[in-house]
Amino acid sequence: MAFLTISHLVKDFGSLRVVKDFNLDIAKGEFVSLLGPSGCGKTTVLRMVAGFEAPSLGSITIDGQDVTALRPNQRNIGMVFQAYALFPNLTVAQNVGFGLKVAGMAAAEQKARVSEMLDLIGLPEKGPSYPFQLSGGQQQRVALARALAVKPRVLLLDEPLSALDAKIRVSLRTEIREIQKRLGITTIFVTHDQEEALSMSDRVVVMNGGVAEQVATPFDIYNRPATRFVANFVGALSTLQARVIDAGAGRVALGEVEMTLSGPVPPGPSVTVALRPEAAHLGRGNGRETVLQGVIRDVNFMGSVIRIKADVAGATLSMDTFNRPDTPPPPIGSQAEISLAARDLIILEP
Amino acid sequence: MKALAWFSFLFGATFFILPLIGMAEFSLSMLRGVYSFEAYRVVLRDPAFQATFLYSVMMALGTIVLGIGLVVPTAYWVRLRLPQARPLIEFITLLPLVIPAIVIVYGYIRMFNTSSILPLTGSVTGTNILLLFGYTTLALPYMYRAVDTGLRTIDVGTLTEAAQSLGAGWVTILGRLILPNVLTAVLSGAFLTFAIVIGEFTMAALLNRPAFGPYMQLMGANRAYEPAALAVIAFGITWACMGLISVVGRLSKHTRAAR
Repeated sequence: MAFLTISHLVKDFGSLRVVKDFNLDIAKGEFVSLLGPSGCGKTTVLRMVAGFEAPSLGSITIDGQDVTALRPNQRNIGMVFQAYALFPNLTVAQNVGFGLKVAGMAAAEQKARVSEMLDLIGLPEKGPSYPFQLSGGQQQRVALARALAVKPRVLLLDEPLSALDAKIRVSLRTEIREIQKRLGITTIFVTHDQEEALSMSDRVVVMNGGVAEQVATPFDIYNRPATRFVANFVGALSTLQARVIDAGAGRVALGEVEMTLSGPVPPGPSVTVALRPEAAHLGRGNGRETVLQGVIRDVNFMGSVIRIKADVAGATLSMDTFNRPDTPPPPIGSQAEISLAARDLIILEP
Repeated sequence: MKALAWFSFLFGATFFILPLIGMAEFSLSMLRGVYSFEAYRVVLRDPAFQATFLYSVMMALGTIVLGIGLVVPTAYWVRLRLPQARPLIEFITLLPLVIPAIVIVYGYIRMFNTSSILPLTGSVTGTNILLLFGYTTLALPYMYRAVDTGLRTIDVGTLTEAAQSLGAGWVTILGRLILPNVLTAVLSGAFLTFAIVIGEFTMAALLNRPAFGPYMQLMGANRAYEPAALAVIAFGITWACMGLISVVGRLSKHTRAAR
């Protein structure tokens, strides 16, 4: 049974409908990310769960309790904000203990809990410091400790890593995930960064235009995108037009090369198929039965990986190949054989 | 160019400072042929000075408390929930600058005289309350601006939401988060209010209250050296308030707080 249920949620701002019939069930202890471009409604959904926005329609239930009409301070939901939102007039310890004090916890218990939380985030010595004396990463960890100190039923993370530099972001996302797993707290994470969403989540909700386009595991979101938007938004993708030979059997042709896809294709003269860069291979490869002829158009050296773009069957195909010092990338303009497995081709909706 | 700038500065400073020096020098000249603090001694020993000064100090403190109670929640709410009402609120708070105090106090007397529904002028306490409201109105432009500027330096919306998510209600949010974070600004407004109330004449005189302003006027009409001493004391109080605004701003522990 779902621990948190969002049911037929709608939010209108004036005449603009920013969330359209949004539904989501989250199990206890699950880490779910809302992923999407700016303006897709992900933050609005989160704010409605937190109680900062009232839904125009729909309901939110936590552990069997309908919280739709409850005020934010009655929901027992912890929230971490993009801008940290630490109280500048309070020390780190006072910030972490704020919710405990509001709840009327005894001073000795408060002290013990604050100490436990500071240990959890690895900042046991920072209790007497003020927020302005901490780095951005430390401030966000304190914000996390503050949100967790009150033992909330649900933890909401509103782009908590966006304001941090790249290196801190990577280390903090691992830290957040480890803490979340250790505490087993149900978590909703809002981000526009697909790498964050894919690496941290049990499930990802890809949103677009106020609706959930797909709710699935990161593996499925990446490898089996349900819609054209998901396919394009998550990860790099090359799209190719294939001629349909037998729609029911999934038989198509790319240029002169015929192949059988993993499933039936929509009826019609042609179908759009997509391929991840790592699924295409320069030269002939084991298990890649389809070989196409192409012309190398661009080579991007990215360290451990080299991304090569080639003109194939009237389209540009990207492929990633591991960098090997003894094998230099092909020269631009040269002819090349590109192999792929037909099962790796993603059939996109018309 | 630099010399011209210095000349302009010194000319301006002289224009401002010379009369003050003259007044201070005159206040020290009560005894013939020597400089002394005789005028100050006479003033400070005058029971009327002590009574009126104490009265004005109490009124100033009352005005500050009332002003904070009125302005902080209003400015906070406008910033949080009613940003579209901000121009209107700013206009209202500026009105005391364009409406003379005499007009306001005549309005009060007309509205709250002994034959009105709320006859505040019929008793000493009632008149004191009326004067307190009058002073709060006079201080409104300074207090509102100071608090609003203070609120601008913090992310009111996010801090409020963070506190709400931790279970805090409005009173806790205002008392333990918003007010402490705009304390420097509030104190600036408070010191300005103090300086205004200590020297205010029109309202106190027309409501016939024993305030420091009417006392200074009375002394000025009847004595020679004591009014100069009083003026120096009043200037001293004002400057002390200005100095305190600056000191409080520098002493604030979290002035570099993250926004």
